[in-house]
Amino acid sequence: MNSLRKYFDKIKPNFEEGGKLHAFRSLYDGFETFAFVPNTTSGVGSVNVHDAIDSKRIMSLVVIALVPALLFGMYNVGYQNALAAGQLENATFWGMFFFGFLAVLPKLIVSYVVGLGIEFTVAQWKNEEIQEGFLVSGIIIPMIVPVNTPLWMLAIAVAFSVIFAKEIFGGTGMNILNVALVTRAFLFFSYPSSMTGDDTVWVAQNAICGLGFNVPDTFSAATPLGEIAAGATALSTSMFDQVVGLIPGSIGETSVIAIALGACLLLLTGVASWKIMLSVFVGGGLTGWFYNALGLSPLDACQHIVLGGFCFGAVFMATDPVTSARTEGGKWIYGFLIGFVAVTVRVLNPGYPEGMMLAILLMNVFAPLIDYGFVNANISKRAKRAKI
Amino acid sequence: MRGFSKISFNHCYYMANVIKLRKGLDVNLKGKASLETVAVKASEKYALLPDSFTGMKPKVVVKEGDAVKAGDALFVDKLHPEVKFVSPVSGTVALIERGDRRKVLSVQVTADGKNEAVTFDTKSVKDAQSAIALLCESGLFAFFRQRPYDVTANPEDKPKAIFVSAFCDMPLAQDFEYVLQGQEADFQEGLSLLAKIAKVHLGVSKKQKAQALTAAKDVQVTIFDGPAPAGNVGVQINHVDPINKGEVVWTLGAEEVIFIGRLLRTGKVDLTRTVAVAGSEVKTPRYAKVLVGAQIADILAGNLVESEKHQRWISGNPMTGIKVKQTGWLGAHHTEVTVIPEGDDTYEMLGWIAPRCKEFSTSRSYFSWLRPKKTEYTLDARIKGGERHMIMSGEYDRVFPMDIYAGYLVKAIIAGDIDRQEALGIYEVAPEDFALAEFVDSSKLELQRIVRQGLDILRKENA
Repeated sequence: MNSLRKYFDKIKPNFEEGGKLHAFRSLYDGFETFAFVPNTTSGVGSVNVHDAIDSKRIMSLVVIALVPALLFGMYNVGYQNALAAGQLENATFWGMFFFGFLAVLPKLIVSYVVGLGIEFTVAQWKNEEIQEGFLVSGIIIPMIVPVNTPLWMLAIAVAFSVIFAKEIFGGTGMNILNVALVTRAFLFFSYPSSMTGDDTVWVAQNAICGLGFNVPDTFSAATPLGEIAAGATALSTSMFDQVVGLIPGSIGETSVIAIALGACLLLLTGVASWKIMLSVFVGGGLTGWFYNALGLSPLDACQHIVLGGFCFGAVFMATDPVTSARTEGGKWIYGFLIGFVAVTVRVLNPGYPEGMMLAILLMNVFAPLIDYGFVNANISKRAKRAKI
Repeated sequence: MRGFSKISFNHCYYMANVIKLRKGLDVNLKGKASLETVAVKASEKYALLPDSFTGMKPKVVVKEGDAVKAGDALFVDKLHPEVKFVSPVSGTVALIERGDRRKVLSVQVTADGKNEAVTFDTKSVKDAQSAIALLCESGLFAFFRQRPYDVTANPEDKPKAIFVSAFCDMPLAQDFEYVLQGQEADFQEGLSLLAKIAKVHLGVSKKQKAQALTAAKDVQVTIFDGPAPAGNVGVQINHVDPINKGEVVWTLGAEEVIFIGRLLRTGKVDLTRTVAVAGSEVKTPRYAKVLVGAQIADILAGNLVESEKHQRWISGNPMTGIKVKQTGWLGAHHTEVTVIPEGDDTYEMLGWIAPRCKEFSTSRSYFSWLRPKKTEYTLDARIKGGERHMIMSGEYDRVFPMDIYAGYLVKAIIAGDIDRQEALGIYEVAPEDFALAEFVDSSKLELQRIVRQGLDILRKENA
């Protein structure tokens, strides 16, 4: 520890005002605060003691909560590849996992390099500290795209969303829309054929470094929701596979169990709002039940929740504290409407098999309006009390 | 039947309004003052700091070398020259310390040890006007604050009420029930005088049992039951009789009510406080009898833990107190002197992921929630994170027991939107009400400073 500290102290002057590496000050700050808790102490006129929590720890916890779903997603990429090639009996667990790992890793790297690169640049430019928000967005983005998304598309989409959904609003904490979902929406509307298209996007089709299998060209696999949107009345996968996550889909969204592990961590540590999470599930469940009872959807309430990005969105993206409702009452309404809109889009609009992304983005836009209602109630109560 | 009537009598007697508060946070810090009082060395010099009296522009009325008695004015309020700020001791004016743009930083008096004091005519006090005149003349009105703006009160205002909180529940704060022992009569005298000026509300903690508090005369007693900051007078006002636009409320510290009682009894100003000397870096945390304006170094002399680590001296408690230099003075309103580790010489590796079991946090990403409630923590003055925009929602509201959206109010202040600040209730708050919110804030915003600036700007706009 001491030698690392000494090293930081030794190179620090280079990054200070007038130092030859001053242009990389934000980078140095980023690494220093990553290695050591900042030891700046509170100034005169502010609280002398502070809670140990900071946004680095909060963001790191969300990243940790995402890891089970990411690891399972890697395995599932390999599993779907072997399944599609008809080679499931020849595939080993580690073989499938490492195939998936190699397929997902470039996306993870592209997402972080592009996103953090912009963050560092902006931090340097605005003379601010690097904000940790992208640590979470950067891991979520590869998890909510199909495995065959080209890297260049991903790079453009990440750059677009970090700049136009976040930085122009003022950075983490000021954005209106969830950054990861804007990336997804950008890809979805700019390159529709690569995002759903002819149902060849969900399964990796070529061997990587000798791992995995080459899948015949004629192969195609739809997600369960895709099957329903195409008019099927029954699903080709079992409920067991859907819950475990051995179905085609975006990389991180398939396993309900892995997502539940992350949800447990987020709820236990209080990082995510249980009110939002619960109300998304209640909203989606009730709406799914309603459409099923009306005969509009062959899927029951439970399947609506298990399939697609519903769980992933409810646990990791609806609960984004920046873009969700900020009043406690507003959180219930916000969450419920996300569930409602997600299932409604799925059922009533055959063009969009999945509605979670649009539901969360839509409610991101409406969250300030919901809060406005609650805050205004407080304001008018005060106004009524006043005599002048 | 007799027994029954006695019980019901007691019941009525004690059952002032009880207000139960759920939101808030009690931080259990190491180094609480034990309930014993010692005399500490009298300071050679005493100082009155204009900055202790927020919002007041000082006009110094003495020259260096002038002889003063306790109760003689050192400076007055430029806008209300009748409000005097008086010397706590007799002696000679040693220094009028000035800073940038000749701002008066302190007026220092070398004590002569004779303890001579001006005698005031207390017999003529009959009504509100004469009471205020006596308080202004004797320098005790200077201790009054007003809401809105949390500034030194203006004697020309007609306050709708005067609020006194009989307890402070911030960590390491003074236990007023202990301080009150033996001064009950002075306290009641002070309250009775306040009652001549306006309706007086006394906020008492559920834990306080002293008759002088729960059965205080001439005042409306309200019992508060809940975690900190229930003792903040702002919280009490919000629950008892919230301030509306155009209304003025005065507040006064509980120990300052005793000052008034002493004045009425003896005709002399005696600004002796029983301050809690506390904190993890204090060898024997206990109470000390000192005068307002005493040198912090004298209060702490011989009572500090010897340590190679830097220490932070605070005039006040760790939440709302002010960091002072080793040559600093006890602020006029402060009832504690605390010493905690500074922490600027501490390097913790990989804090964002390490368990850091000794740290205290309201977040369950640390383990302090698993430790017994009575665990005492040693916290240093590090901010422990970088300043960010407001990210998490509802953090402030959990420790802000008022009917106010704290986060929205802070945003309105940052945005400089005065109409919205008014609408969201800025007239009801003081910086100290945001102390706990600043403590728990994961975005590490300096909320007290932000609120202070907001109040200052608003006051200027409305003037």
